[in-house]
Amino acid sequence: MKRVNKALTILIFIFLYIPMAVLIVASFNTGKDVTRFEGFTLNQYIRLFQDGHLLQLLGNSLVVSILASLIATVFGTVAAVGIHNLNPRLRGAVMTLTNIPMTNPDIVTGISLSLLFVFVGSKLLGQRNSLTFGTLLIAHITFNLPYVILNVMPKLNQMDPALENAAMDLGCTPLQAFFKVTLHEIMPGIVSGAIMAFTMSLDDFVISYFVSGMDFVTLPVEIYSYTKKPIQPKVYALFTLLFVLIFVLMVGMNLVQMRSDRKKSEAHGNGK
Amino acid sequence: MKRNKSVLLSTPYILWMVAFTLIPLGVVCYYALTDPANGSFTWNNLRQLGMYLPVFGQSILYSLVSAFICLLLGYPVAYYIAHRTPVMQKILYMLVMLPMCMSFLLRTLAWVGLLQDTGIINNLLAAIGLPRLKLIRTPAAVVLGMVYNYLPYMILPLYSVIVKIDHRLIEAAEDLGCNGVQVFGRVILPLSVPGIVSGMTMVFVPAVSTFYISQKLGGTETVLIGDVIERQFKQGNNPNLGAALSLLLMVLVFVCTGILNRFAGDDGEEAVIV
Repeated sequence: MKRVNKALTILIFIFLYIPMAVLIVASFNTGKDVTRFEGFTLNQYIRLFQDGHLLQLLGNSLVVSILASLIATVFGTVAAVGIHNLNPRLRGAVMTLTNIPMTNPDIVTGISLSLLFVFVGSKLLGQRNSLTFGTLLIAHITFNLPYVILNVMPKLNQMDPALENAAMDLGCTPLQAFFKVTLHEIMPGIVSGAIMAFTMSLDDFVISYFVSGMDFVTLPVEIYSYTKKPIQPKVYALFTLLFVLIFVLMVGMNLVQMRSDRKKSEAHGNGK
Repeated sequence: MKRNKSVLLSTPYILWMVAFTLIPLGVVCYYALTDPANGSFTWNNLRQLGMYLPVFGQSILYSLVSAFICLLLGYPVAYYIAHRTPVMQKILYMLVMLPMCMSFLLRTLAWVGLLQDTGIINNLLAAIGLPRLKLIRTPAAVVLGMVYNYLPYMILPLYSVIVKIDHRLIEAAEDLGCNGVQVFGRVILPLSVPGIVSGMTMVFVPAVSTFYISQKLGGTETVLIGDVIERQFKQGNNPNLGAALSLLLMVLVFVCTGILNRFAGDDGEEAVIV
């Protein structure tokens, strides 16, 4: 039974990684077709950097996702503290509101925001171009907020309320108590919420597709347009570089975490 | 005193969410109930929905099949990962997450290269003397695309539930005379239900509303509701019909996830988020 399980796991990992391997091999291919490897070349990488178009779109994606996730993290953390102190009935209602973008299919979220922006922009304000960088950013903040709230709320619930009271008894103002005590306690939730928001934002295609205009396009939206125009093999080179980058980042984060875990367990003995 | 004041911190957030989730849904309703030509009130868009019921049915069928396949494939993987050493667990968890961070559009495009009539798989078959198969533009290809894209969303919540199962419960069941199958059926499986429910939801919702996977891997007979909606907005220029279709999709997803959550036995407070 155990052996079957292991074999199946290995097969599933191969299944998950084969398409990515195909793309990585294609980035070194002299031919344009992914199905036939004609010879090794680094030309796609050289073209990627010479042309710069795709890098600029990647830059656009990074600008939107960094801005949206930062704003959502600050905004969401502040809101979570407020929601935490609401009376239970109101809190339930707010959490239902928070869950709407999480449970709605992306296509519905994208369309509803796009219709709102077009409605307000063209019918009420008389704009010709109602889908802009601003609308894209608003959409990304909106679907990022629930990730921050849902990561920070459990940490607030776990926290001992006596801690904050103790800080205030010792002379902290409520604001100082928040920055010195509460923030420190809920930090893991804030960090994981921010990371989740950032990755969701960076990889988002469906919502961006409906709410972005012609003047500010992100990388996934451009890649989608390859359905209609021929695919540029440079994109395989970009994929490979991003794969390596994300892999290194993940390994790095894991190593840092493991080291701090080890330090903690050494400092506390085997406590808890 | 302090408690009352900090409650106000949630006000801007509530206003934001009302403005950008509730009001947009109201705008969708407005569009669904107006005539595309002159903007007057009409039931026409909603009346046309009947025509699209087979497409809705097909979308639900495909995504349910995909969700079940994901569960069947994902459970053993999650179980295997949860029973490794802590270091190995971290590595495998990372390897499951990594594909989720890479462009799903390009990864789906890679499947086109693998499955097409002169694609990599068919070339391999031909090289060893087997006949070429019709792989792409079939219902199976669409389901494969869904399973491939959303399998990590099944594995991760399952893993985080299985890894938390107290080992003493399993030992207790064994001491009380359960065999391996019974331990699994009576202890491990019931305890993994929250993970199963959130995994199924996380596969079903994006799968039922996808349009890219069916556009790239499907054919004319595998049109899904996402394709139809996308076409109303981006090609057909009938956003009013598109709005009506989106409303129906939203209600269907709401009902389906509601039914799923019933199985979880609680109000979803403890749903696993990944």
